[in-house]
Parts: sequence; structure tokens; C-alpha cells
Amino acid sequence: MTDAFDVVVVGAGIAGCACARELTDAGVQVAVVEHDAPGGGATAAGMGHIVVMDDSPAQLALTHYARSLWQKLTSELPASVEYEERGTLWIAADHEEMTQVHTKHATCTGDGVRSEVLDAVALSEAEPRLRTGLAGALLVPDDAILYPPAAARYLLQAAQRAGARLIRGTVTRAGNGAVTLSDGTMLASDHIVIATGVEVSMFPWIRLKKRKGHLVITDRYPGFVRHQLVELGYLKSAHATTSDSVAFNVQPRMTGQLLIGSSRQYMQEDATADAGLVDRMLRRAYEYMPQLASLSATRVWTGFRAATSDKLPWIGPTHDPTLYMLAGFEGLGITMAPAAARLLADHLLARQSAIDPGPYLPERMARAETILV
Amino acid sequence: MSLDTQVLVVGAGPAGIAAAATAATHGRQVLLLDDNLAPGGQIWREATTVQQEDPDDVRRKTLLALRVSGARIFSGWRVFDAPRNGSLRAINDSGPEIHTIDISYEQLVLATGARERFLPFPGWTLPGVFGAGGLEALARGGFSVTGKRIVVAGTGPLLLPVAAHLRQMGGRVTTVAEQASRGQLARFSTFLSRQPGKLIEGLQYRAASGGSKYRPGCWPLAALGTDKIEGVRLTDGQRRWEEPCELLGCGFHLVPNTELASLLGCATRENAIEVDDVQQTSVSNVFAAGEPTGIAGLESALLTGTMAGLAAAGKLEEAKALLPRRQKFERFAERLKTAFALRPELLSLAEPDTIVCRCEDVTFEALKGYEDWNDAKRQTRCGMGPCQGRVCGPATEALFGWRASSVRPPLYPVPLSAMGAGPSRSSLDE
Repeated sequence: MTDAFDVVVVGAGIAGCACARELTDAGVQVAVVEHDAPGGGATAAGMGHIVVMDDSPAQLALTHYARSLWQKLTSELPASVEYEERGTLWIAADHEEMTQVHTKHATCTGDGVRSEVLDAVALSEAEPRLRTGLAGALLVPDDAILYPPAAARYLLQAAQRAGARLIRGTVTRAGNGAVTLSDGTMLASDHIVIATGVEVSMFPWIRLKKRKGHLVITDRYPGFVRHQLVELGYLKSAHATTSDSVAFNVQPRMTGQLLIGSSRQYMQEDATADAGLVDRMLRRAYEYMPQLASLSATRVWTGFRAATSDKLPWIGPTHDPTLYMLAGFEGLGITMAPAAARLLADHLLARQSAIDPGPYLPERMARAETILV
Repeated sequence: MSLDTQVLVVGAGPAGIAAAATAATHGRQVLLLDDNLAPGGQIWREATTVQQEDPDDVRRKTLLALRVSGARIFSGWRVFDAPRNGSLRAINDSGPEIHTIDISYEQLVLATGARERFLPFPGWTLPGVFGAGGLEALARGGFSVTGKRIVVAGTGPLLLPVAAHLRQMGGRVTTVAEQASRGQLARFSTFLSRQPGKLIEGLQYRAASGGSKYRPGCWPLAALGTDKIEGVRLTDGQRRWEEPCELLGCGFHLVPNTELASLLGCATRENAIEVDDVQQTSVSNVFAAGEPTGIAGLESALLTGTMAGLAAAGKLEEAKALLPRRQKFERFAERLKTAFALRPELLSLAEPDTIVCRCEDVTFEALKGYEDWNDAKRQTRCGMGPCQGRVCGPATEALFGWRASSVRPPLYPVPLSAMGAGPSRSSLDE
């Protein structure tokens, strides 16, 4: 049997769900195909940090735009999404990092992102449990945190209320205007969106790297941490493209639980938690906040980020005129989802986009390949 | 701190004791790890030392065998992680300082016992409502039940001994409400009558619970009270009535503790660890014995513990020779399962606002409409609290048919310093 849809979104992670919502809002007839529970993959593994990142102008433009879209959504998000604007504190350990704080402050200001430089005293007042002797921080007050699986579910349900169909099944083939499921079902569509996160094995031309991460969550300690705390060295960690790295990244959930990260590993397929790496990650956390060591840990888990070689996602058309990409968000899928979905919808509906979609077009993948060859 | 041993046994109930004693007797270097203060497990909880005058012959002999076997015993240690292949990590937080230890093993025997199953019904989270076995354990630990009016309810062969012990400790057990029907119990008794040892066990309990009404085919509808339990509403399917009480011990039989086995990748079936003819799990150097392999009682635990101990010591033929005896217990386990199967009425006791997950305050209503345990967990955080789903996991399995599938370290909440290598290790290094 063959059903036909204007758009078939493969994958019900946060990106696929946001895309379905965006398109159904515009009156498009959408099917979402997912083999697992919606929001169950990398979406469920992340912290849910909505953060403006300024690694590159294109990353800054996309994350800033995305954050503004999340802010517009807040009034309709249910309590279960736990959206909370805690604000990110980019922590400078020493004076060298403090110069980065000032650079970042200038970059933010240039892009219209509110931020505030905190000196050592102001940082200590803002986060009394950080160790003494840190140089300061940049506060980005409008950054937020949310609970990603609930956000994905909400977006999908909103799309479903507007007519989107959720189809349970495992996709075995997608392209040339058709999506084939393992049970033989065929879905016909001229617009197939690949939103499968790291699961891209059916598209051998996609050059994606899995980047494994670990997180630890604690019992409830309301008030222990007030902001979303990230060391400035996080950028160094995120930059490393070959070796394993860890960085201090602690975020309070609305429940009072603390999420403690973060780690990045390449060439890892095994989802088992790596005790050695968890150890390194926690030691890094204690360096900034020694009292963490006495808190009670309830769970450790891992997830896989989908990393591209230039650290920007792929959003837009591919060489197959019926295939579109919405993938490669690395650690920023939750942040970027609404903007990525909007850009793709703009493309499909021939609308003008609020930001330049050029830097995110998948065509650069082929260029990078050619250069490599 | 780290240690090596040839055979590591986790859990010092009857199965673990039998396994440790057997493997040590056969010349293996054995370490028996347990989270209680002394060996004995839940069933022999009060047996802190080997006493010459211990009236319980089986217990005395088993503990004596352990003592003379040469197995080392580590009490007060709880296994919470398997950081590497062939190594477990345990924590001891019974004293003022917290210690962790990594133990490397060649062979591992899992004898992690079972726990009570809870089912949510209105009022089950009121102060004064406990598990049946849990209430007994509390009373043995010093919680006074003297003169208190107690109702014991639920299902399973443990209800009567629990009631008996509570009475011995001064509790006024008015009613023992067993949800299994009289017919089911009669068929079970007929079967037991062909099993002399079991029959005697049963009769002793019956006698000791004299003074309480034993009501088969009767179950709780609600625990009553506002700040604490004041009574319980019971039914026999026809009538409903209320009985005043100050304590309610309510447990719905047992579920195997398989979390550590799952963390190690051992296959399970119907919530029990799958084992072969010599108690070996699907992981080649990991064996399992006692209740985690299926609820079958004390004698079965002792036998399968012995088999696992033999197998871990490389005495496979000797272990296999005990298989016919094990098969008898397997039939008993099947009977047990049938006799105390939950009646469908129990699965509709919860009201929309009844809490199902106590740690995260998730109501019955909030759990409707999810596909499976993982989906519900992610969306509602059911089972994500400190008990790690040990209470609500079996409950939601009964209510919704979900199977708790993923196990993540730590198996119990532990201080962060115990995770990874942690600062406790670095301070040891320095």
C-alpha cells in the first residue's frame, strides 16, 4: 500500500518534531516516521541547554535566531517542558580566559545578544558554590534550559493536532520520491526530510561523525546551582575534533536536579558509560565546584551527537531533488531545532528566511568531499 | 581501594552463602559481598552470629558451613556499578566515612535476592503503610509494633510468616488478607502436601498466625486516613468493609532483583535471570542463584547456590548432577506463580490521582498513553528517582504491561565522589 504526503519527515527527534510542527502550521500535509518513541534518541540524551554559541558567525546567527524562536514559543509550552531562563555563565578560570570573556562580550553585543561581564566578586555572588579564585564570567541572561523529550513530544503533538500523521516503522530506504518501511509500507513524497540524527547508515554519502557524550544527573538540590554553568574552556573541548575531551558544564533542572557534563569522544560506537571518562569529567567539575563531590548521583548515561566536519548543521536540499536534510547539529540540536525547522520550511514553501540559509546548505558537504579528493 | 578474587559472590542470603561456601570448600579464593551488616539475607535477617543454640537447623548448618569454608565476607557493601569487564564497584556508607572498592573477579555469582512488589491503590503512600516484609524488617530493626493494630494484605506465601512474626513482636494483627482465591490456595496446598518439607513450613506459619483472621480471596481497596493510616477498606469481591488499623503491611509477592545482572548484560526472561543447567547466565563467567533466577523459596536458593558455587569452582559435572533436584523446585516455582497470580481487579484499584511513582510523584493518570516504560520514563520521569524504578517498575509492569528495560549505573544513588575513580581514590593515592 502506498500513502502520499506533501512531506515525509524521517525521525521524530527534536528536529523532526519541530519541522513537522512548522510545516503543519503552514498547512502542509506531513507524515513523521519513527521506529522508537518520539524524542527518545539524542534528544533525550542531552541537557536541553538553549544557548547562543559564537564559534563562527554562522553558528552565532543560527543559535541567536533559534533562541528567539524558543522565546516566542514559551507562552504555549506546557509545564512539562520545564523551560527556564537561568542564563549561561561562561566561566573564566584565569586572566587569560578573562580576555576571552571580553571578546565574547563584544561579539554578543555586536549581534544584539544581551550579556554582562562579571568580575571575580560578582561571579562569586552569582554562584556562591563555585570555588574561589576564578577570574570572572560572562553572563548571557536570556539563555535557557528545557526538558528535551517533553519539548519534542509537545511539538509533535501540536503538529498532530494540526493534521500531521505519526507513522511507526523502520525506514529501510528513502529517496527518489519514496520512503520504504521494513514492513513493506511505501510512502510517496516529493519532499523527504532526513532528521535521523546519527542514524544515517542508509545514506552512505552523508559524512557524519558520531561524537559520544556522557552525562551524570544528581538527586534534587534546589538552589545549589542558579545558572547554567559552562567553563570557557568548553570551547576548546568542543573544538577538539580528534581526541577525547571533557569540560565543566553543570546545569540545574527545574526539579532541582543537577546535570553534570560534559564529554566528547570520537570513534566510539559502544553506548556503555566509560568509567575512566566519567572520572575525568567529574574531576573537571570538582575543580570548579568541589562541593559537587558530596552530592548524590542517580544516573549516568551516554548519547551520540551527530557532528559535521565544519561544525555547522546541514539544512536544505540535497543532490536527490526529493531528499532534504535536517541533521548534523552536534551538541546544539535542542537549541537549533526551531530555527533549522523554520529555515527548511522557508525553503520548501519558497519563503524569505529571516537569516541567510547559505552557510547551512548541505551542498557544502560535496564541496568538502571534492576538496578532500 | 581495589581487590582481586577468583570467585566473587554478590548477596549473602541463603543462595549466596551456599555458593560462597561451596566454591571456597572446593579450593577457590572466594569473596562474599553483601549490603547488610551480617550474612543471612532477608530471610535470616536476625541471624547475626552462628549460635550453637540456633533452633533453625538449616540456618545454623548453612552459616557454619560458610564460616569454616574460608570464604572472606565483606558486609555492608553495596554493588552499584560495573566500571570494567570483570570488575564490580561497591560502596560502604554505613560508617561516618564513605568507602568505595573495585573488585576484580574471574567468576561471579549473582545471588541478589528478591524484593516485594507493590501495587498502587488509593492511600498506599500514607504514613503507616509499608510492604509486608518491609514492616517485618522494620519491626526486627527496632520499630515498635507492640499493641498496634495491624492488617497484613497482599499475596504470597510470605504474608502468614510476616503476620506471625509481627504477632510475636507484640503487634495485634487483626486480618491477613490474601488476594488469591480459596480455590487457588487449595490446589497449591494439595501440591504442597506431596512436598513434606514445604507443608511443615506452611503449617508452622498457620499456627503462629492464630488469632488473626486469614482471609483468602480478599484484597485492599484503599488505605484510609488523611495524615496517616487509620484503617483499610477491604473487599472479597462481594462485600466491602473497613477495618481500623495503625499499620498496614501490604506486599504483592516478590520480584527478582535483576538490576546488576542486566547491567552486566545477562539475559532475562519474565523478569528472572536466565540460567543454564549449571546456573550459568548468558555471560560466560557470570552465574546466578536463588530468587533472581525465579521465586522458588529457601530450599531452592540453597540448592541453586550450591550448584552455582560448584560451577564457579569448575565442578561442572557435580553441579549438573543436582539438576534433577532443581527441576522439582522449578515445578514448585510454577505452582507458586499460579497460586499467587494477581487477580485482574487489583490492576484497577488506582484512581487517576493515585501516585504510582513515589520518588517523582507521578500519578496513574499521568502514565496513561505511553508506549513503553522508556517512553513513560522519559516523559513523566516515572522510575527516575532515587529508587531507580525498583518500586514503580514492577507496578507499571503489572498495570500497563511495560517491561523495565534499561539499567544505568549507578544501581543505587551514590555520592558523586564514588563515581568514576573519584576524589576518594585520589586521596588514597596521595
